[in-house]
Amino acid sequence: MTKDRIDRRFAALKAENRAGFVAYVMAGDPDAATALEILKGLPAAGADLIELGFPFSDPMAEGPTIQRASQRALAGKMTLNGTLDLARAFREGDQDTPLILMGYLNPLVNKGFEAFAKDAAAAGVDGLIVVDCPPEEADPLSDALEAEGISLIRLASPTTDEKRLPAVVRRTSGFVYYVSVAGVTGVKEADADAVAPAVERLRAAAQLPVAVGFGIRTAERAAEVARVADAAVVGSALVDEIESAGKLNENVTQKVLSKASELAKAVRSARQDTV
Amino acid sequence: MNAPAQASDRPNDWSAYPDAKGRFGEFGGLYVAETLMPLVLELDKAYQEAKNDPAFQAELRGYLTHYVGRPSPLYFAERLTRHFGGAKIYFKREELNHTGAHKINNCMGQILLAQRMGKTRIIAETGAGQHGVASATVSARFGLPCIVYMGAVDVARQKPNVFRMNLLGAEVRPVTSGAATLKDAMNEAMRDWVTNVEDTYYLIGTAAGPHPYPAMVRDFQAVIGNETREQIQELEGRLPDAVLACVGGGSNAIGMFHPFLGDESVKIYGVEASGHGLDTDKHAASLTGGRPGVLHGNRTYLLQDDDGQILDAHSISAGLDYPGIGPEHSFLHDIGRAQYLTCTDDEALKAFQLCAELEGIIPALESAHAIAKLPQLAKEIGEGGVIVMCLSGRGDKDIFTVADALGRSI
Repeated sequence: MTKDRIDRRFAALKAENRAGFVAYVMAGDPDAATALEILKGLPAAGADLIELGFPFSDPMAEGPTIQRASQRALAGKMTLNGTLDLARAFREGDQDTPLILMGYLNPLVNKGFEAFAKDAAAAGVDGLIVVDCPPEEADPLSDALEAEGISLIRLASPTTDEKRLPAVVRRTSGFVYYVSVAGVTGVKEADADAVAPAVERLRAAAQLPVAVGFGIRTAERAAEVARVADAAVVGSALVDEIESAGKLNENVTQKVLSKASELAKAVRSARQDTV
Repeated sequence: MNAPAQASDRPNDWSAYPDAKGRFGEFGGLYVAETLMPLVLELDKAYQEAKNDPAFQAELRGYLTHYVGRPSPLYFAERLTRHFGGAKIYFKREELNHTGAHKINNCMGQILLAQRMGKTRIIAETGAGQHGVASATVSARFGLPCIVYMGAVDVARQKPNVFRMNLLGAEVRPVTSGAATLKDAMNEAMRDWVTNVEDTYYLIGTAAGPHPYPAMVRDFQAVIGNETREQIQELEGRLPDAVLACVGGGSNAIGMFHPFLGDESVKIYGVEASGHGLDTDKHAASLTGGRPGVLHGNRTYLLQDDDGQILDAHSISAGLDYPGIGPEHSFLHDIGRAQYLTCTDDEALKAFQLCAELEGIIPALESAHAIAKLPQLAKEIGEGGVIVMCLSGRGDKDIFTVADALGRSI
């Protein structure tokens, strides 16, 4: 059961009394080989969990940064199966870091939920986040994933009210993802004061760790969130590095990993500063 | 893949669709980001209340009569009938509505709903610009700011409508992502909505998107079919043998079709745009050339590649240039209650000219796709039969595109 890897990681983080740093990158961005190099380097750079995006032509919840990453990946012929290949290659060298795939529903519908769950489990994938699959529509996908021991990570947002919370956390495992701003990825900044009570509420309802993302671009913000949440997710700020390194002809992998380790340090030391 | 649909497989009660989960059979549903879920659920509740409120319906009827100009005429297209030979052809003249297309029927309903919900900012997507113009129009009429997302490619090919929207006080935001057409405009509108959840009403223009939009837009457009039923019985003393409409997202079509679904004697035909041809990668025929998938909040037929990536649609008509279709059409297609034909760019162009020359009506290029199928259907149904076609919009907006296609400069 691969979801154990997520549980083990959060238990270890709890024992260390620190939040986890979750790094998001897009499969095939800027190309398949470099993306694999980045993936392989992320744990040493301090990523406690990794979210690997699979590209979609119509990423409705993404801001410009991830939209462009998706387009770069598709231009390089990255696919859902190609993403699973990357996951498998990563897993061969790392048995401990949880790997969560993130994307949109249609490529999964197209592949078939059962086939996807089987291949994903074989590739060493631990969880899945699907932006456009609310709990109301998730049962067929949950059935397929549960059969293979993969967690369907649920999203909650500032608009999720008390009434919806039970539905949102039903049939979820691993952790819950709190979308800290009403908006697309990488544009608005999270309000750390508003995040704390939301995380409390969600943790109580789900009885699971809560990772916070969508509005964290800087080390300072990551540290603020890491004081109150179980994990802080950063995506667009890492992807920006890929894009700018590509433009400036710099070493992409080095640049992304150096940004990742800056963010990881901020997350790791966040609670030490306060005590 | 599917066994041929039998009449006995079909529902007895068409008003039972969509079900409580927003489904038309296996199509439709509610596939949006969690941030939007509470909003679409609130919209559903507000719409159900408005639908059952006689005061809301009376207010809507008042505006449809005095502002939109309803009922629209049902016109016997005598010269086209004679030209083609066979069944009598009637046009439901939606192009005579205020703003020149059926789009205003839906916009009027939704703007009243937006006001009722206390929303203060309107956003919309548009392809050809007809829905954008209709949205800008009702927003101006009710004093609400309106932002219209429009693919940059469409902005370039529909300049008159862009200017019209500006005159009406709307801000047109060109969308450059993806293929820069209707689907990309819809993505961008959803990004705006998810960012401005407090005050914004998303006025979707077609019978697609997450529940309740497909049902709500259908209900507001059903005025087309409801009037047609009454008018044809007055003129011919009976129901038509067939109704016909062009289908992009499919709002004019579902508005015409829905009131006839229970009448088994009435054949129902939709016409999809097959662009350069179904055997090319330049068409917009989602039902004929696509597969079921999930996009823009609903499960429906989509043009997509082997990896489930959405393909760019193509049609000479910007209003049909969409790689999906409203979920109720997917349902009607699969159960066989409606048949969906296809029409190429070239066929539509010829029909456009023929209608102008014989009837003195310049039709929208969208509507011309339906006109192009009239000769075939008029013959099939034959002398003594009656066909009603929805003439969904007027073609003034298309004169530049048509001139270009005919190699003429204006």
